[in-house]
Amino acid sequence: MKEQAIQWRGPGFTRVPYEVYSDAPTAQQEQECIFRGATWNYLCLEAELPEAGSYRTTFVGETPVVVVKDADGEIYAFENRCAHRGALIALEKSGRADSFQCVYHAWSYNLQGDLTGVAFEKGVKGQGGMPASFCKEEHGPRKLRIGVYCGLVFGSFSDDVLSIEEYLGDEICQRIERVLHKPVEVIGRFTQALPNNWKLYVENVKDSYHASLLHLFFTTFELNRLSQKGGVIVDESGGNHVSYSMIDKAAADASYQEQGLRSDNDKYRLKDTTVLEGFPEFDDGITLQILSVFPGFVLQQIQNCLAVRQVLPKGEGRSELNWTYLGYVGDTPVQRTVRLKQLNLVGPAGFISMEDGAVGGFVQRGIAGAQDLEAVIEMGGEDTGSADGRAVENSVRGFWKAYRMHMGA
Amino acid sequence: MIDLLQLCAFNAAYGQAIDSDALESWPAFFTEDCRYRITNVANEREGLPAGVVYADSRAMLEDRIAALREANIYERHRYRHLLGMPLVESSDDKAAVARTPFMVARIMYTGETMLFASGEYRDRFVKVAGKLLLAERVAVCDSTVTDTLLVLPL
Repeated sequence: MKEQAIQWRGPGFTRVPYEVYSDAPTAQQEQECIFRGATWNYLCLEAELPEAGSYRTTFVGETPVVVVKDADGEIYAFENRCAHRGALIALEKSGRADSFQCVYHAWSYNLQGDLTGVAFEKGVKGQGGMPASFCKEEHGPRKLRIGVYCGLVFGSFSDDVLSIEEYLGDEICQRIERVLHKPVEVIGRFTQALPNNWKLYVENVKDSYHASLLHLFFTTFELNRLSQKGGVIVDESGGNHVSYSMIDKAAADASYQEQGLRSDNDKYRLKDTTVLEGFPEFDDGITLQILSVFPGFVLQQIQNCLAVRQVLPKGEGRSELNWTYLGYVGDTPVQRTVRLKQLNLVGPAGFISMEDGAVGGFVQRGIAGAQDLEAVIEMGGEDTGSADGRAVENSVRGFWKAYRMHMGA
Repeated sequence: MIDLLQLCAFNAAYGQAIDSDALESWPAFFTEDCRYRITNVANEREGLPAGVVYADSRAMLEDRIAALREANIYERHRYRHLLGMPLVESSDDKAAVARTPFMVARIMYTGETMLFASGEYRDRFVKVAGKLLLAERVAVCDSTVTDTLLVLPL
């Protein structure tokens, strides 16, 4: 039995005890303090709930939830747990319903998660039934607060959480709006099962330091010069971040020309470069923007390739990454094809992201005998704020700042 | 007439090429302007067009192999394809449309073996200069979940 709480050492947020990636009590506490705590958890896109009765089932941490649009046009979310015995209320990933009914004993719920019916409540032929004192209004699955920003639907179990706009902060809001400024539609969904604790993936997303070191696709095929300037934005809480890089127009043109001149039989050249061909749609020249919201949401723009990712814990040593690939409503067929081809860069088989599915597992296995040791996260010093350049770990330290605040650690 | 046995022999060679690490020969199973995509039944049911791999030329398949040889980082592993009997939907001298179920085990260098993917190839075959080739192969996985990463083709 563990006697002592996990020890966090400094300086600042530069040390992370390996125990936090495998400790079962910690994982339980995260469910309460983080996922069901004063945080906003991504649930789905507004576009995925097109009409009254449209619903999706998902998770807040490990807690199953139903998110649904009611006839009043509002979005509601509640725990996917029957108030009677605790069985799942909705079994499908998505669908349309006028109401929900638990399959076990047919207790029923309206689209806002209120218990509306108890089978045989008055008994059968005068026998059985619930006591007269039983009040349906006092029973029901826990409800979530809903915050919608730019078509992203977030939920929170907390009554104390900031408004979604305050939680995101101005800079993060602007960067979300930059991508989601017009209606989107889903063009595909894929789940990647990760052999590691959820925090290792979130850290990886925030870690701009690893990108050109672990992911060799761009460097191997000498495509990396296209994006030259970049930076990291970390919000006040530390938990939300944006990492971006911008095309340097002059360098890019020269690079493309140079590439065109190279011999076709060169081993380290792509044979079909249309996989990277895009079209200009962001006036600010930003070709890559990775944005995360604490605890487990990611919005990605890599050239014209748009996606949201939802990170979910599955026990201490595993997690799931849900990818939802997006296009804009009104894309031309040519634009849509460009997005579909650029999606080769990301996802479970992505040229520049497949490694992220494995590297968390390398850490998880690497630290198996090192619970009392710690990671060193000191690139860029102790700073947890925004930075120019990407050879820093500010946003990773920012994550731990927010994590420890919520965990009281 | 492209017959069942020809399709079976084609698929046997296809699986063998991947499983024996002769990956450089894999693109040659396709036409030059082929389509190759890996997706799942849920996306197909909803008509969502994306793939975890999405290629519209043989050159893109060659690039996939070049990338996994030269660029991508992953732990050494191989596959074992078990391909079922093609269900031939149409066939003549020049073309055939068929569906073939697959199961792919992944064998890690550590010795761990797991069922990595099951699903169905939805194929359009054509005869080019007397040779049977894939004009299109959509690998529709039964599960929406991919474990860790997908680098070797299905």
